[in-house]
Amino acid sequence: MSPKEPRKPHGAIAPDVERFAFTPENLEKAKAVIARYPEGRQASAVLPLLHLAQDQHGGWLPQAALDYVAELLSMPRIKVYEVASFYDMFHLEPTAPIKVRVCTTTPCWLCGAEEVLKACREVLGCEVGENSPDGRFFLREFECLGACANAPVMWIGEDYFEDLDYERTKAVLEAIKRGERPKPGPQSGRRGSMPAGGKTTLLDLD
Amino acid sequence: MPKVVINGKEYEVPAGITVFQACELAGIEIPHFCYHPRLNIAGNCRMCLVEIERSPKPVASCAMPVADGMVIRTDTPLVHKARKGVLEFLLINHPLDCPICDQGGECDLQDLTLFYGPDHSRFRENKRAVADKYLGPLISTHMTRCIHCTRCIRFLEEVAGVPELGAVERGEHMEITNWLERALTSELQGNVIDLCPVGALNSKPYAYRARSWELTKVESIDVMDAVGSNIRVDVRGNEVMRILPRLHEDVNEEWISDRSRFAYDGLKRRRLDVPMLRKAGRLEPVDWREALRALRERMAGLPGERIAFIVGDLACCESMLLVREFALRLESPHVDCRQDGAKLPASPRAAYLFNTSIRGIEEADLCLLIGTNPRWEAPLINARLRKRWRRGGFQVARIGASFDLTYPVEHLGDSPKLLERIAKGRHPFTKRLKAAERPMLILGMGALARPDGAAILHLARRIAESCGLVREDWNGFNVLHTAAARVGGLDLGLVPGEGGLDVAGILAAAERGEIELVYLLGADEIEVERLKGAFVVYQGSHGDRAAPHADLILPGAAYTEKNATYVNTEGRVQRARRAAFPPGEAREDWKILRAVSEAVGRTVPLDDLWAVQRRLVEVQPMLGRLDVVEPGAWGAFGEAGPVSDAPLSSPIQDFYLTNPICRASPTMRRCSLEILQGAPPPQEELALLGATGTHG
Repeated sequence: MSPKEPRKPHGAIAPDVERFAFTPENLEKAKAVIARYPEGRQASAVLPLLHLAQDQHGGWLPQAALDYVAELLSMPRIKVYEVASFYDMFHLEPTAPIKVRVCTTTPCWLCGAEEVLKACREVLGCEVGENSPDGRFFLREFECLGACANAPVMWIGEDYFEDLDYERTKAVLEAIKRGERPKPGPQSGRRGSMPAGGKTTLLDLD
Repeated sequence: MPKVVINGKEYEVPAGITVFQACELAGIEIPHFCYHPRLNIAGNCRMCLVEIERSPKPVASCAMPVADGMVIRTDTPLVHKARKGVLEFLLINHPLDCPICDQGGECDLQDLTLFYGPDHSRFRENKRAVADKYLGPLISTHMTRCIHCTRCIRFLEEVAGVPELGAVERGEHMEITNWLERALTSELQGNVIDLCPVGALNSKPYAYRARSWELTKVESIDVMDAVGSNIRVDVRGNEVMRILPRLHEDVNEEWISDRSRFAYDGLKRRRLDVPMLRKAGRLEPVDWREALRALRERMAGLPGERIAFIVGDLACCESMLLVREFALRLESPHVDCRQDGAKLPASPRAAYLFNTSIRGIEEADLCLLIGTNPRWEAPLINARLRKRWRRGGFQVARIGASFDLTYPVEHLGDSPKLLERIAKGRHPFTKRLKAAERPMLILGMGALARPDGAAILHLARRIAESCGLVREDWNGFNVLHTAAARVGGLDLGLVPGEGGLDVAGILAAAERGEIELVYLLGADEIEVERLKGAFVVYQGSHGDRAAPHADLILPGAAYTEKNATYVNTEGRVQRARRAAFPPGEAREDWKILRAVSEAVGRTVPLDDLWAVQRRLVEVQPMLGRLDVVEPGAWGAFGEAGPVSDAPLSSPIQDFYLTNPICRASPTMRRCSLEILQGAPPPQEELALLGATGTHG
């Protein structure tokens, strides 16, 4: 992706590149982030900058991007590789821009994460750890997403989709596939993580 | 000072140390893997767990500061259980390949498992296997054995200043790597082999050559640079198998440079092992008798002023003493130990010493580097400078060619004219030197081995005197030598006598036919081709640059093959010990010179090493006082004169190939190609890396 081109949120897999540079807007953002830290401590900005680079490059980090961030922050390259490989949110292999992350840790698994995964496989047409054939989705399992009260949970883009089952998962994914943005949060109709059978306390509150 | 109770006994320990260090002071050993006194604390191996009263869980002692009134216990059932547990966890993924592992016999994991570990494993699943990494020509890897102590990462980052290793991924998937599988570029990388507590990082040249318990260990001194690193030479039979560092806090701490560690395979190659004489244009092997006879015939009736001696960079004091005595008896004034042409006087002593001393660097607060690249000329002095810089409050400035020294250096320029301005106070740096409490300057051979070297030396002395570098309690004037023989040679006065010629003069005179015989004692860094007109005698250990041009070759001993005295750049006198015998007909160098002097009828009456070393002390009393640094006498030196505008640079063009032994070493050659010239690694070696090292 050339630096000038705007980010395509629903595009295909971005190619591996020899060179990487922030777009002017992203460079501004990066500078603002770096300025948050005291002189000589620019390395603290590595996580936000890696996220910025990953977003710009369509959802994954080619090596050129890691080297670029390292140079921007005057860090040894290996230190950036360490960070990028440590966190699961960074992708170092070509992956599609829309990440479908299904929580399969115990509470979600007990509440039917397997069904959610099955729906994902069917709608996206790929296995866990693979890109969908249309090059738009990347399906993966994820360790605890921290929303156990609304298990099972799936995390796509910036949204959590909760209280899923087979049908609801299918509906969410198909809507995204059509280019819509389905309502995030519990898909069962309940509010937040209130009891599934309706309120039991604070009844006078709306 | 806090008082602590360790295992029921009360101790008073310095404030600010850790529980681990307090226990060490109390003489109690705590098993550990990741802790290392010269590296930052990582606290990730969990082997050093101890019990501390009022702490609900066992505590990692290496990362716990002592506090007043702490009650520490290191021998409770809980501690033993914790150690056993940690070892059982470490061994879950550690292969049981000790019988084929190079670390076997000197492995921390092996030793600690024997003392503290469980006797069997309860782990029935598959062990994890990690692909080996390519780290260059010096370090071989078996990453399945790695226990992730991160000592190698911390060493390269903190001591060497070349952060190239890192830990990628996390948890069970964590791997130590240089990511792109390129050769490491540090000159000190070999030390990670010693630091590695298991067999994950091993010496590539030593791989599968010997077992540690079958080696004879000889404590000796290194000659690859002028630092005089303390080394241990491990030999089997008559073969040097490897070289390791030996602890000396004032010199090399516990590190050595890669040249010191890996150049030993050069000791087995290109050796001169039989005397050779040029007959009808060809060098032919002869026996000692014939060699000496030929020399006697050639020298008969030759007046002293037609004979010259040039001493090389690896010569020991004993052989240099014989050169001195022999030249005196021949009445030859043409003796020089400065084969690079450095304009250094033989007195006062402070003029050619690293006066601040290597340890003294740690007290300095400002350093000016003049025509030197310490990273290549003396990696361990550079490591000291870096150590000082890391503590803060230390600035380094440079006059000379730029080079990454692993710490920030302010570049003042590269012309020696700047020295004139600093000396006259017309440069802002003068003020900073005067304001500094303990300023130092380091004068490299790049500044002295040039036609205006004496003038530069003079300027440096003037700066030292006028800016408060030389005081009663502090001497910040330093000369950084690159040759192990140089200080010893200057101590023995191996500079041209009255009417004598220096190296450049000898070369010119030989071309004019005024000098008819040139005796080279291991001198390979000169333009030997220019000696065509003269009869060249080469005494040395390697068939390097000079030997092919010699008319007579007398095979000598290398530094591991003789009991010999060396003086390092600080003026520290140290003794190397014989670890092996010279090959074939080669002999110790002082013996050869002794025989030569007798053969030509000018016998030097020193018949054994004891007599030689006694005479050494007579000539230069300093040489009898081992392993001390005595302040050298200060005085006038250098010659006032104009300096040219030619930029200053380091004399070393290739770190790995600086002397005959390095140049004969295939390992050093490969380092030069891969690390400095960027040649690709050999394909056959990369092909082996797909394997995980332990699956057969």
